Amino acid sequence: MAQKSKFIQDLPKIYGIYTLGFLGFFALMAFFETQGMGAKTIGILFVSFTILIYAIIGWLSRTAQVEAYYLAGRQVPTVFNGMATAADWMSGASFVAMAGGIYFGGYTYMAFLVGWTGGYVLVSSLMAPYLRKFGCYTVPDFIGTRYGGNFARFCAVLVLLIASFTYVTAQINATGTIASRALAVPFEVGVWVGLVSILLCSMLGGMRSVTWSQVAQYIVLIIAYLIPVFWMSWKLGHIFPHISMGGTVEKIAALEAQYGLIKNSPDVLKAAGVPAGLSSMSTPHSGVPAGAMAAWKYISLAICMMVGTASLPHILMRYFTTPSVTSARRSVGWSLFFIFLLYFSAPMLATLSKIQLLDPTLPTAIIGKKIVDVQAIEWVKNWTAVKQVFIADLNKDGILQLNEWFMRDDVVVLATPEVAGLPYVISGLVAAGGLAAAMSTADGLLLAIANAISHDIYYKMIDPKASVVARLTVARALLVIIGAAAAYIAAMRLTGILGAVAWAFDFAMSGLFWPLVLGVWWKRATRSGAIAGMLGGLISGTWYLIYVGPTFMNQTPWLGIDNLRFGIIGASVSLIAMVVVSLLTKPESAAVQQMVDDLRIPSGKTIIKHS
Amino acid sequence: MASPKQEAHWAATKSLMIITMLLWFFFGTVVFAFGEQINHIKVLGYPLAYYMTAQGSLVAFVVMIFWSNNRQEKIDREFGFSDEDREDD
Repeated sequence: MAQKSKFIQDLPKIYGIYTLGFLGFFALMAFFETQGMGAKTIGILFVSFTILIYAIIGWLSRTAQVEAYYLAGRQVPTVFNGMATAADWMSGASFVAMAGGIYFGGYTYMAFLVGWTGGYVLVSSLMAPYLRKFGCYTVPDFIGTRYGGNFARFCAVLVLLIASFTYVTAQINATGTIASRALAVPFEVGVWVGLVSILLCSMLGGMRSVTWSQVAQYIVLIIAYLIPVFWMSWKLGHIFPHISMGGTVEKIAALEAQYGLIKNSPDVLKAAGVPAGLSSMSTPHSGVPAGAMAAWKYISLAICMMVGTASLPHILMRYFTTPSVTSARRSVGWSLFFIFLLYFSAPMLATLSKIQLLDPTLPTAIIGKKIVDVQAIEWVKNWTAVKQVFIADLNKDGILQLNEWFMRDDVVVLATPEVAGLPYVISGLVAAGGLAAAMSTADGLLLAIANAISHDIYYKMIDPKASVVARLTVARALLVIIGAAAAYIAAMRLTGILGAVAWAFDFAMSGLFWPLVLGVWWKRATRSGAIAGMLGGLISGTWYLIYVGPTFMNQTPWLGIDNLRFGIIGASVSLIAMVVVSLLTKPESAAVQQMVDDLRIPSGKTIIKHS
Repeated sequence: MASPKQEAHWAATKSLMIITMLLWFFFGTVVFAFGEQINHIKVLGYPLAYYMTAQGSLVAFVVMIFWSNNRQEKIDREFGFSDEDREDD
C-alpha cells in the first residue's frame, strides 16, 4: 500500500519527465530535419515512438486484481483524472475534424464547441459525485442496483452498447486514417495497426492501463494542437491569439464581402469534377444566420451534445476511479479545463488558417492569384495529388476565386502547418497528436463496452460465482472480440466520422439521461419507470433516426430536428414514459429509499460492496 | 429514512443545483437564442455571438463548475457530510 501511494506521489515527477522527454524528442526530430531527414521518416518515427510509449505504459500497468482492472484501484488523483478524461473525451473528430468544421460551417457548426463543453456542468452537478458514492464498476451497475432486477440492468447495457459501438467504429476509422497516412500503408492495414496499438494500452491492465496511457496521450495531443496554433499566430504578430484576433475576424468578414460568398450548386460541382467530400468556403466566418429556425438549429444541436455528454458511459466511468466523492466532483472541473484548452483554440486555428489563404497582403495568400501560380505551390501539389484539395476554374478567368477553391475538412488541421510554411516536424507532431486523440477515445469506449458485458452480463447475470481469473479473462477476451468487430466495420467505411459521433450522443441521451438523473434526484422513480424510460427513449429515438435519416427513409424532419438531433425526440419520450410509469407503479421499498438517501451525502461507505 | 440534517443538506444541495442549471441554461442556450441580435456588439474586437460560442460560454462553463463545486463542498462541510479528511489532492 505504501508503495502504491509513493507511485501516486511521484506522478507529477513521472509525467513531468515524460513531457520533457517528448519535447526533447520533438527538438531532436526538428534537428534531424535540418540535417536533411525526409518528411516520411519523421512521420514514421513520431507515430511509432508515441505508440511504443503508450504500449510500455500499458504493460507496466498490467494487473490481476478486479478493483484495479475496473476502477484503476480508485486512487487516480483529481488533476490526473481530469487529463485522462480529457483524452478519453477528445476524439479523432475533435482533433482532426473540428477546426475544419468551424472553417467551413462557421457559427452554426460552433454549436458543437458549446455542446461538447457545457455537458460537463451537468456531469458535475447531476451525476459524477453520486455515481462515485455508489461505487459502481460500470454505468449499468448503477441502474441495476438502484432500480433492481436483471432486466433494468440489461436495458442499460443495451443502450450503452448501441451508443458506444457507434462511436468506437468512428474512432478506429480515424486511427486507421492517421496511421495509414503517417506509416504510408493502405487504410485497411492502418485500421488493424491502430487496433493492435489500442489493445496494447488496455488489455493487460484494464482501467488502470487506460488511465495512465490516457494521461500520456493527453499531454501529446495538447502539445500537438497548441504548438502549431501559437507558432502560426506568432508569425502573424499575435502573442496570445485568443485575445488579439478580433481584428483578424473582422478582416475575414471584410474579405468575404469583397470576394463574395457563393454557394456552388451540386450540378456545377459535378460538371467541374470536384471530388466528393471537398467543400468551398460559402458560410460567413463570424456571421450569425438570420431567423428563428437558424437559432433553434444551433440550440437544439448544443442541447443534444450537452445532454449526450452527461449520458455517455465511457466518460461517466472515469469518475468512478477517484479516491473520494469530493475529488470526483473536482475532477470534472479539471476535465473541462483541459478540454477547454483545446476547444477554445480550435476557432483560432480556423481563423489563422483562413486568413493565410485569404489576405492578399500575406505571402501565403492564394485567393485572387493566378491559378497556374497557385498550382505550382508545393503543398497545393501534394494535397491535390491525394485528392484532398481541388481547384476548378468555374468562370474560366484564370484567377482563383473564393468559390473555386475546394478542400476536405481534415486538411485544415493536417495541412495548415505546411500552408503557413512551418517545418515538416510540425506535421509529424500533428499526426502523433491526432493518433493520441483517436486512440485514447477508442480505448475508453472499448473498455466501457467490454466491462459492461463482462461485469453486468457475465458476472452479474450469468455466473455470479465466477472466479477473479475467469472474470478478467472474459473481460480481456471481450476487449479483443469487440475491437476486432469495430475494426472490421471501420474497414468497410460505412459512415463519415462526424455523423456517427453525433449519433452516439443522441443514443446515449435518449436511453440513459433520465434514468440516471432521476435515479438520484427523484426517489419516486421506480424500476418499471426506468425500464419504460430506457426502452421508450431508445425505441422512439431510433425510429425517428430511421424516419429522417438521409440514408434511411429520408423524410422531412419535424421542426428542424434532423438526424444529428434525434436525441431531442428520444429524451422527451424517455422523460414522459419514465415519469408516467413511475407514478402508475408502487413506490420502491424502504430499503431503496434509504439507498437513495445514502447516495446523496458524500461521507460514509460506498453503496455497492464488491466482494 | 433521512434524518432532518440529511433533509436540510439535500435541500441546500438542490437549490445550488437549480442555480447552476439556470446559469448553464443561460450560457448554453439563451445567449444563442439572441445570437442574431447581439452579434453587432464588439468584445475584444470580436462580434459578441461569435465570441460567446468560440470562447465566452466555454469560459463561463469552466468557472461555473469550479464555483459550484466550492459551494457544494461548503454545504457538505456545514452539515458534516464531507468525505474529505485530507488536503493532499
